[in-house]
Amino acid sequence: MNNLDIKKKIDIEEILNNLENYHPRRKGWTWRENVDGGYKVEKFHFKEMTKPLKNSVPLPAAKYFNNIDPQPQPVITTEIASGRFEDDIRRMRMAAWHGADHIMVIRTTGQSHIDGLLEGTPEGVGGVPITRKQIRASRKACDLIEDEVGRKINFHSYVSGVAGPEVAVLFAEEGINGAHQDPQYNVLYRNVNMYRSFTDAASAKKVMADAGIFQIDGAHNANATAKEGWSVMPELLVQHGINCAFSAAVGMPKSQIGLSTVPPCAPPSPKVWYDLPYAVALRDIFSEYKFRAQQNTRYIESDIEEATRTHVIDTMISALTSADIQSTITPDEGRNVPWHYNNIRGIETAKQTLVALDGFKQLVKIDRSGPLGEMVRDIKERAICFLEEMIESGGYFAAVEKGFFVDSAKYPDRNGDGIARDGKGGVGAGSIVERDADYMAPVCSVFGHNQLPAGIKKPCDPIDGCTLCKPEKIAYIDEIDQTDNCNLRLAKTVEYRKGKMIKPEAEWAGDGTVLIQLFVPEELEVARVAAQEIAKKMGLLDPEVINAQVMHPSEGTFVEVKGKVDFAIDRTTLKIPPKEVMLSEDEIRDGIKKIGLKVVAGTVGEDEHSVGLREILDIKHGGIEKYGVKYHYLGTSVPIGKMVDAAIETGADAILISTIISHNDVHRKNMRKLDELCREKGIRDKVMIMCGGTQVTREIARECGMDDGFGRGTKGIHVVNSMVKILKDKKRI
Amino acid sequence: MSEDRIKKFEARRQQLKNMNDEQLKARFWELCNQIVEPMVDYGRKYTSQSIERSVLLRMGIDSVTSQGVVSRINEAGLLGKGAGHVVLKVADKHKVDLRAAAKRINEDKTALEGLF
Repeated sequence: MNNLDIKKKIDIEEILNNLENYHPRRKGWTWRENVDGGYKVEKFHFKEMTKPLKNSVPLPAAKYFNNIDPQPQPVITTEIASGRFEDDIRRMRMAAWHGADHIMVIRTTGQSHIDGLLEGTPEGVGGVPITRKQIRASRKACDLIEDEVGRKINFHSYVSGVAGPEVAVLFAEEGINGAHQDPQYNVLYRNVNMYRSFTDAASAKKVMADAGIFQIDGAHNANATAKEGWSVMPELLVQHGINCAFSAAVGMPKSQIGLSTVPPCAPPSPKVWYDLPYAVALRDIFSEYKFRAQQNTRYIESDIEEATRTHVIDTMISALTSADIQSTITPDEGRNVPWHYNNIRGIETAKQTLVALDGFKQLVKIDRSGPLGEMVRDIKERAICFLEEMIESGGYFAAVEKGFFVDSAKYPDRNGDGIARDGKGGVGAGSIVERDADYMAPVCSVFGHNQLPAGIKKPCDPIDGCTLCKPEKIAYIDEIDQTDNCNLRLAKTVEYRKGKMIKPEAEWAGDGTVLIQLFVPEELEVARVAAQEIAKKMGLLDPEVINAQVMHPSEGTFVEVKGKVDFAIDRTTLKIPPKEVMLSEDEIRDGIKKIGLKVVAGTVGEDEHSVGLREILDIKHGGIEKYGVKYHYLGTSVPIGKMVDAAIETGADAILISTIISHNDVHRKNMRKLDELCREKGIRDKVMIMCGGTQVTREIARECGMDDGFGRGTKGIHVVNSMVKILKDKKRI
Repeated sequence: MSEDRIKKFEARRQQLKNMNDEQLKARFWELCNQIVEPMVDYGRKYTSQSIERSVLLRMGIDSVTSQGVVSRINEAGLLGKGAGHVVLKVADKHKVDLRAAAKRINEDKTALEGLF
């Protein structure tokens, strides 16, 4: 398979075919390409947008802006890990089309405690078991997807846990572009023995450095874990500082080291008073390093809209300070394992915000002369004092034993809820061994003491090349578990992916998951139970309320219920309305010229909307005038009778009415009235009648006696196309 | 103890009062670099089973085989020599390739005797 066909789903079986012989076509991280002098497109001159995509889905409002899809400066991240990589691949393609170029794969629960590599394609929980086969297939798919969208995709996972060095080698061999690596994360959150963690990390970082793998740290977990995320800001600087200094000391270039940073607060707090000074302090101290700005997850609840609003503010802080990578959080993370389309929502939140804030810093400046300057300095001073106290206490290892980290109080205060670890305890305690004087590792990218034979040019000369130099030497294992692998899973979903059956899905092919939203006019507790009951009666299996919001303590509650359908639809039984085949512009112009087509137009009823109709009419907007139609515009709030009279007076061939207001179905009533009046006056067979409006469709219009109807997104050409076709049918031209 | 810590903090902070932004930054990095020195030293001088398995992977030995090989080398007290070093010695001794040497270590209990 060399190329993807836009009209076809990605063929997973084809990706898996011949996988044993696949090798990545490049290694290392890729940034977006800048456009010199800014990006000029249509009427806009963007200051910071990057090279546009070859294929993409623009923001919904793009149709009003000639479908432009500007791509902001930072790389945009989305985290995709449903537990089945074969379904994630399809989501990666959707994400890339919406503007993600950094795909992060979370590992399955518990993988960080597995002392060794996993192989094959077992199903994961809360993530994907990272194995050679899974990442190789995903990277191979990313190659195809990046060719389709026209921008390089960075594929990313985690080098943490007790198998860090092996995972780093696996990633280097398989062309993984970015990875989390932070020994402090292992110590604090995974209870890996601290000496083992740092010993392994030095080796892993060396491998990553040489393979160009971009590194992200794990410091943001402190504000995701501490009760008051915003209080641990001095400590966050310390954690970032330790991983950065350690990585640089091991030989990783600073340009390859990224801080994972999250604005620590959320509304209803006065968020920017915490987040902005923190962002500024970080960027002052870490000016030589890269920033991966994450969105806040700590305070996400089950309301998707609330999460999105907070994420917009987070992204604004990135625009106001800086971000090399803008990570996104799927807004449904607070209520379930993220669903396909919520990844897209997260990406669009970042894209939409960053596009809107293009060149923001040329317009507004951060004022350090006021309270912000003081707050920035306060954070820095506390961080420095934290480091000094660590040294006084005997250094990093001693400080961890004493519970310095993740205490929820603002340093130097302590709440005593920090995470303390015993240097002799944890996973892998006592497992490191001192290297002998004649220690040797005859391969590339080894950190530390290595007594290689004299006179060799490369460390791997004694074995005639290592896998990093000769990829053909990589030992590939396909499947180990014959009862838990992707082949079995794919066989079960083939009819939904390649056959004629259609089933809705949220995470996995054929999962049947649907979401219903309803307003229940009852108090919260009653509404929850009622909503579940309603979902059951609608035929949903396993209905579960995943969000409920009080609109008023007794007036009612907004509820979202997820459930599953146990049926599929046969595609061949569907009646798909045929797509309108447009006449050519020449045919249209000829037809109009032949009879000197004249129309009368106006907005009817008590309706003062005029913009939509003017755009259909005026030559300036590419309206029907452009094609030679003469029109007589009667304005807004025109009575139906007046429209018909004007048509008779002017000898019009058509009456075009616009009706935007649709309360109490007034739009339908207006259409019916026009039809009836034309019949009464005896002109119905001579005059075409058509209606447009936001709530109008062809079907509704015809039902109400119109010749045609037009909804959102209609242009003048659609209207003239329809008129000329009708005239041709009636043999009038 | 806690009050003592707060007092010390205030004293430390006083020392920073006259520093400008650049000096604060320099101080921050001076301390970080000092703190990580012993950790980097561990990385240089020590090894682990995971590090050694990562060496064998780079030698073209699969992950499942590496698991057993490194475990045996560790049990034989030879991890400090480097697992790659050991496999290379076995390969040279028996005139076999690296994968065959790794297999031999897993299957033959005497394979690790008398190598060093």
